[in-house]
Amino acid sequence: MVSLTLPGERDALLSPTTETAGKVHVQIRGLSKRYPGQTQEALKEVDLQVKRGEIFGIIGRSGAGKSTLIRCLNRLENPTRGQVVIDGVDLGTLSDRQLVDWRRRTGMIFQHFNLLSAKTVRENIELPMKVAGVPAAERRRKVDELLALVGLEQRQHAWPAQLSGGQKQRVGIARALVHDPELLLCDEATSALDPETTRSILALLKKINQQRHITIVLITHEMDVVHDLCHQVAVIDQGVIIERGPVWQVYSDPQQETTRQLLNPLFSALPEAIQPLLTPTRQHADSRLLVRLRYTGQGAQPDLAALSARVGGQLTLLFSAVEWVDSKPTGQMLLLLDARHESDPARAVLISLADQLEIPGYVTGY
Amino acid sequence: MSLAIDRLWVGLLDTLLMVGVSSLLALALGLPMAVILVVTGRGDLFPSPLLNRVLGWVVNLFRSIPFLILMVALIPFTRWIVGTTYGVWAAVVPLTLAATPFFARIAEVSLREVDKGLTEAAQAMGFHRWHIIWHVLLPEARPGIVSGFTITLVTMINASAMAGAIGAGGLGDLAYRYGYQRFVMQVMLTVIVVLVALVTVLQFFGDRLSRRLNHR
Repeated sequence: MVSLTLPGERDALLSPTTETAGKVHVQIRGLSKRYPGQTQEALKEVDLQVKRGEIFGIIGRSGAGKSTLIRCLNRLENPTRGQVVIDGVDLGTLSDRQLVDWRRRTGMIFQHFNLLSAKTVRENIELPMKVAGVPAAERRRKVDELLALVGLEQRQHAWPAQLSGGQKQRVGIARALVHDPELLLCDEATSALDPETTRSILALLKKINQQRHITIVLITHEMDVVHDLCHQVAVIDQGVIIERGPVWQVYSDPQQETTRQLLNPLFSALPEAIQPLLTPTRQHADSRLLVRLRYTGQGAQPDLAALSARVGGQLTLLFSAVEWVDSKPTGQMLLLLDARHESDPARAVLISLADQLEIPGYVTGY
Repeated sequence: MSLAIDRLWVGLLDTLLMVGVSSLLALALGLPMAVILVVTGRGDLFPSPLLNRVLGWVVNLFRSIPFLILMVALIPFTRWIVGTTYGVWAAVVPLTLAATPFFARIAEVSLREVDKGLTEAAQAMGFHRWHIIWHVLLPEARPGIVSGFTITLVTMINASAMAGAIGAGGLGDLAYRYGYQRFVMQVMLTVIVVLVALVTVLQFFGDRLSRRLNHR
């Protein structure tokens, strides 16, 4: 089998990643893609940077361009303009032959698993090594190792059709790791799975990221995937990256409406029963103040005792959704307070208890 | 009667020989043709619009000529290849030329039905293009190709009977001569029974093999 050394020394690229952790692994510059016969660009001037060892999520609605974007990272799709540089290698400069060699070191898993139906689990995992000319003994050792990693030793002689969706994706993951890639691309890897199986696959991906120091770039339309797995997230809409940053930050304090809807549909929602009773001004002596306290991971704690002690009077919790993302509280509480809290000093007390304060208005007769 | 049984036996062997040889040749020639038809399409593994169009056109040409006419039209070619235009081996030439494009089209359909996602996954894993043909397209299409080959065999049994009518021998020849020309109904009916049995057995084993290979 022909084996080619790529621009940049292969040995250097395959050395342990721990020393280089935190350095740029994937650099995307001005990436644009227009499909033939289409007027709209699928990607517009996308710039992204993924650091080594990171789990980087790209979230967007279907048709937002995320699929095109991830396919540019192993040149399943050729960009119209712009560059993808991975490990200092500009993918656009690789010849077809070099590209084949390159792809062996970038793993990819798919929404619909894409396992070969005519091959057993074992054969599916083995095949990429076979075509790369890996000796049989080495292949056997590697397949055993990966079967153990994904927990499928018992099913190694099964046909893919006999497996559950989660098991199929485990085979897909094992198959993607045969050449010890440093980069793993996940194309909606859990979108065809039920929530419980999704969690187990995400846990497996997390384990792979931590134990093998593999950088993971994933695309998804599920906010839970980003929330549970990713360190960094980029939000893509109509081919444009509209927001990016650490997950806790984007998650808790989204700047764009699209991001809000994608990541946190409850961001500015009100309970249905409240909406008709809400007025911008105080209508009645019994009217109560509706207050939304937001936690965006910037230091404020959702401390219920402090809240109760400092706000006083009647305090009704209407809705609350606080989660700890990356050890930071993010989310919100919706409260009804006595109307006297509209005063500025009271506001100051409230704002000291949260990262952000929003007062939608007054509620009468709830 | 024993004469008739002898003739029946010889006829069966002739038919099996004609069908077997022409179908195997069709397999050997038609499968590569099917692969070429699939992979030279626009945006496929080896895009080559010209080759694709020319091959498609040749296949259509041979597919559109009725077998009886093809046989007659090919007489000079047959003589050039096997040195005679009479007998089993002379029939193999037009049978092969009819079976090859027929099988190629059926195999093409099976190859096209292979999920594009599998090709994409193979590309992402660093398969060369010929690896994809050999390790992905052909194995995944195998159940369909086996079914298609069974259909080809049965169709060729049919066609070989026509070849028999112009002197190729075989069961068709027997049935035609005794049944049609001499009104010996018994021989004709026996031939029909043998043909039905032959087709049934072939179909049975073809289906079984296809099912065994299918793990979808």
